[in-house]
Amino acid sequence: MTYEFLQHYWWFLIAVLGALLVFLMFVQGANSMIFQLGKSDIERRLVVNSTGRKWEFTFTTLVTFGGAFFASFPLFYSTSFGSAYWVWVVILFSFIIQAVSYEFQNKAGNLLGVKTFQTCLIINGIIGPLLIGGAVATFFTGSNFIVEKANIVNEMQPVISHWANASRGLDVLLNPWVVIFGIAVVFLARVLGTLYINNNVANEAIRSRVRPQLLINSVLFLVFFLTFFVRTLVSDGYAVAADGTIVMEPMKYLNNLLDMWYLAVVLLLGVVLLLFGIGRTLLQKDYIKGIWPAGIGVVLVVIVLFLIVGYNNTAYYPSTADLQSSLTLQNSCSSEFTLNAMFYASLAIPFVFAYICYAWRSIDLKKLDSEELEQDDHAY
Amino acid sequence: MENLLLSIDVDVVNWSRAQFALTAIYHWLFVPLTLGLAVIMGIMETCYYRTRKEFWKTTAKFWQMLFGINFAMGVATGIILEFEFGTNWSNYSWFVGDIFGAPLAIEGVVAFFMESTFVAVMFFGWKKVSAGFHLASTWLTGLGATISAWWILVANAWMQYPIGCEFNPNTMRNEMVSFLDVALSPMAVNKFFHTVTSSWILGAAFCVGICCWYLLRKRHIDFAKQSLKVGASVGLVASLLAAFTGDTSAYLVAQHQPMKLAAMEALYEGGKDQGLTAVALVNPFSQPDYMNEAEPPMRIAIPNVLSFLATRDIHGYVPGVKNIIEGYTKDDGTVEPPLTEKMERGKKAIEALKAYRGGEKTEANKAILKDNMKYFGYGYIKNADQTVPPIGINFWAFRIMVGLGSLFILVFGVILFFVYKKDIAQPRWLQWVGFALIPLAYIASESGWLVAEFGRQPWTIQDMLPTWAAVSDLSSSNIALTFFLFLVLFTTMLCVEISIMCKQIKKGPQL
Repeated sequence: MTYEFLQHYWWFLIAVLGALLVFLMFVQGANSMIFQLGKSDIERRLVVNSTGRKWEFTFTTLVTFGGAFFASFPLFYSTSFGSAYWVWVVILFSFIIQAVSYEFQNKAGNLLGVKTFQTCLIINGIIGPLLIGGAVATFFTGSNFIVEKANIVNEMQPVISHWANASRGLDVLLNPWVVIFGIAVVFLARVLGTLYINNNVANEAIRSRVRPQLLINSVLFLVFFLTFFVRTLVSDGYAVAADGTIVMEPMKYLNNLLDMWYLAVVLLLGVVLLLFGIGRTLLQKDYIKGIWPAGIGVVLVVIVLFLIVGYNNTAYYPSTADLQSSLTLQNSCSSEFTLNAMFYASLAIPFVFAYICYAWRSIDLKKLDSEELEQDDHAY
Repeated sequence: MENLLLSIDVDVVNWSRAQFALTAIYHWLFVPLTLGLAVIMGIMETCYYRTRKEFWKTTAKFWQMLFGINFAMGVATGIILEFEFGTNWSNYSWFVGDIFGAPLAIEGVVAFFMESTFVAVMFFGWKKVSAGFHLASTWLTGLGATISAWWILVANAWMQYPIGCEFNPNTMRNEMVSFLDVALSPMAVNKFFHTVTSSWILGAAFCVGICCWYLLRKRHIDFAKQSLKVGASVGLVASLLAAFTGDTSAYLVAQHQPMKLAAMEALYEGGKDQGLTAVALVNPFSQPDYMNEAEPPMRIAIPNVLSFLATRDIHGYVPGVKNIIEGYTKDDGTVEPPLTEKMERGKKAIEALKAYRGGEKTEANKAILKDNMKYFGYGYIKNADQTVPPIGINFWAFRIMVGLGSLFILVFGVILFFVYKKDIAQPRWLQWVGFALIPLAYIASESGWLVAEFGRQPWTIQDMLPTWAAVSDLSSSNIALTFFLFLVLFTTMLCVEISIMCKQIKKGPQL
């Protein structure tokens, strides 16, 4: 295995983890609609208990996504997290309040009341996808940072990464394209959330509310996503020249799709699957499995987005403050030894994936209903 | 790119340290209970699986319910810790990310997914999966948490004893050269066993404390007696194992972090035939005058014990703070240079690296760097005081941990004696003592981490990178704000958790 192969292999794994994270944000999407899907206490509890059996997968995927970035591309970890401080802290804050909200909300002794924790779930359901989407958008739009590795030997100021202004990352939200993509991810999470609830909760009243929500959120998702995607394809992108310098290249991401035509095919397949999952759910009343084609479609689309921003000599974390500070697979990755060692560790992933599928299926064989909630002494 | 020529604000370092300490201390309130209760409830459910008695099922479910309330807080406080390496310690993340990131990634893939997958089966699968699969899920939840602890402690141990790596001047960072050296370093192995067994103590103390409370209230007597058998047995075994691993831990600290040992012992002037300090008047809130005092006031020591613990020889040489600053010779004849020499060599390494990066990629510069790299971190040190950890905190935290650890052996032993040979439902004094184990176990557990982390100061990575060269480029006001945000959030959540726990415990098992 060459160093170059390992760099690309690890970026692919980052792409897969990122894609799974976006898919699993159906938890956030459904939580953001607790009061729209559930009109009574029992209906809201059904929604919360349904996502409550999956939230840890989203959480764990986020943690593993971070860990994998740290291990394989530590300069990104160092630069993005340390520089765009507020963006990441707010994301983490929203996930912290989510984590306790399930276990605490319906237990005796809850000092803050049910509504407080349901509100926490809604906050996470909107803020989480919005800011994670925004953070991913900066892979295309660029961020305001400077990297100078030689600072390590500057005893006066040894920090190597700096945000170029005092906003510590919050200024990315002033970029409309970052916000547009963040909003697209919010609506995508809500699309997936409605599809998941439709599949997982056996309650006719809730299911009757799924379709209108699905329609509205799908339309809004498509509007925001296509706006961002088309603009991204036709605008300049950050390319890596043969000598390693970063240059602006017209329509770089479109060129990447054309150069790597197989990714364009996968993208198309992903879009078709997503639209199929949404469309069939909208048109066929008794069809409840839309989460699966749509979910697979989303995973494929997000993988392609990650690959066109990292492969084919592209700077995946571009700097708008200093072009040459932009991060590429080559200048930000771990050593060949570490990537190689981690390659063997990554061979456990299919095994992990298999037992997750098995356990998921075991729990979901019977759909969640109000009767089960009454009988389950661990229900939220 | 021109350097900004600003010095690192000491407040940034202090707030970053405070925030990490805050999140770590909160996180450590929940993790040991998760690890400890995993064993307790695993044993309970195994009893159910073997006997099929509803009593054991209800008992297991009761402990699993408490586990669940605690587990959520552990997860919530844990996520911030991983990301804080990036947000608050970005220089660190680059300088050693090549080594440090790997255990965190493996933890995610191998351990977290196991834990989060099977915890869902454990909570919601009672009526959905077979009894065997459910039992396996309960144990796998605990195993996942334990494997997670392994990789986190590998990472932590590497910060205390960095091995298996080399500095690469071309990339300006340390890079891994031996995965096995990192993953199986003696410090990591020992730290894992010591931490996990001490977590079992906390889980056992929690179980014993609640059972004793029921006995005091004369409720759920049978449940309490049966749970006490499991809890006190786990507690006694774990306490003995923790004492053994604790001894090895102190030995490893003596070998690799002598300054930490000197701080733990308030040993200013070392030498041969050193006694272990039992008590002494050491102010926990201010640094003593270690350069001018021979020893702390009113010191009572057990002769030669420190020498034996630190060197496995009752006459062995143990350096004190002053010796480490001035230089000393070990028993095997190895000369440990004085701090001034280490600082000089550290600066040489930094200068050579500067020249190398500046275009002078000569073999001479490489050779200077290689010869002095061992002391690279000392190049950032300005004076001797910076290299001495807070002695008072280390001294008292160490004594509290060891004292309580010894007490646990005694209490678990006595409780087991009463459970099997007498009637544990009778002696109220013992029930009160058992109940008091809960706060004492938390105090012991947190004290252990105070020793581990305060003793490492000023280093984020021993001898390699001091805290002030490891931080992110942030303003102190930013970090102060997030510190208070997390403080308020975690404290509120803790209050809610304690309230829910108390209600559930008051309600008791549904037998």
